[in-house]
Amino acid sequence: MQEFFSMGGYAFYVWSSFGFSIAGLIYLYLASKSSFKKKFNEVSIWQIRENKRVDK
Amino acid sequence: MKKWFHQWVSPPHLYERADRYAKVFLFLAIASILVALYGGLVLAPADYQQGDAFRIIYVHVPSAWLSMFAYAFMAGASFVALVWRFSAAHAVATVIAPIGAVFTLLCLLTGSLWGKPMWGTWWEWDARMTSELVLLLIYLGYIALRLSFEEQAKADKAAAIFALIGVVNLPIIHYSVYWWNTLHQGATVSKIGKPSITWDMGWPLLLMTIGFMLFFGAITLMATRGELLSRERRTKWVKELVDINRGVN
Repeated sequence: MQEFFSMGGYAFYVWSSFGFSIAGLIYLYLASKSSFKKKFNEVSIWQIRENKRVDK
Repeated sequence: MKKWFHQWVSPPHLYERADRYAKVFLFLAIASILVALYGGLVLAPADYQQGDAFRIIYVHVPSAWLSMFAYAFMAGASFVALVWRFSAAHAVATVIAPIGAVFTLLCLLTGSLWGKPMWGTWWEWDARMTSELVLLLIYLGYIALRLSFEEQAKADKAAAIFALIGVVNLPIIHYSVYWWNTLHQGATVSKIGKPSITWDMGWPLLLMTIGFMLFFGAITLMATRGELLSRERRTKWVKELVDINRGVN
């Protein structure tokens, strides 16, 4: 186990590469998800405003 | 075929299907990435020259490949959008740019972390690295160009032309290791004929790349849905859809 984590002395380089990559993928997932929600809410608010404007 | 294609590029159809496909892609992506992580970090033997540092290949090469694949996809969508005037294709290209930029950044970061122990330097102005950095700048340029226009149609057109010009950089990245005497090693996987990587080391790399591609597909579809809603806000299908789902999201 110890041997696995030490990565033959390259632990820092190997683990930070994998760490950055996993973090990057998680970031992309969350950003895509939240961008959808943000756009949905924007359109929803825009529509309510638009309806009011037309009613007047 | 033509009918099928037209149906696919119709925004309401794409919006509806995208959700289902995104979920399937995401599930398959996570499964392949997890198996590939185990394969790459545990099962694959250490390299006889590079020791365990070679394992960085399992995140570096898939990010590099995706940085280029995403660009090719973005340019392809831009081409389709320009020639056949499919607005949905502009939406796809728009959302790919920041995703591609993140993959490019990951490629540069992991490359740097590989370069330090192997070459003794974090960075070298070598053809492969410089052209990959140029790819990042092209992505950022594309995003900036879009933001600089008020009018959607103008932004779409300018961005699509920009994306098509930027395609020139793709073969430069790919062939840089042959055309110039680079510090970066030559191709091991995408070599014509036989790849020079053994199957023990190769299968996790292949699976990781497939996983990254599926993941790219999933998040692109997710983000495209939002972009479509925003662009089509004046249409009937969006009005109805937002009315039904208001409060749910």
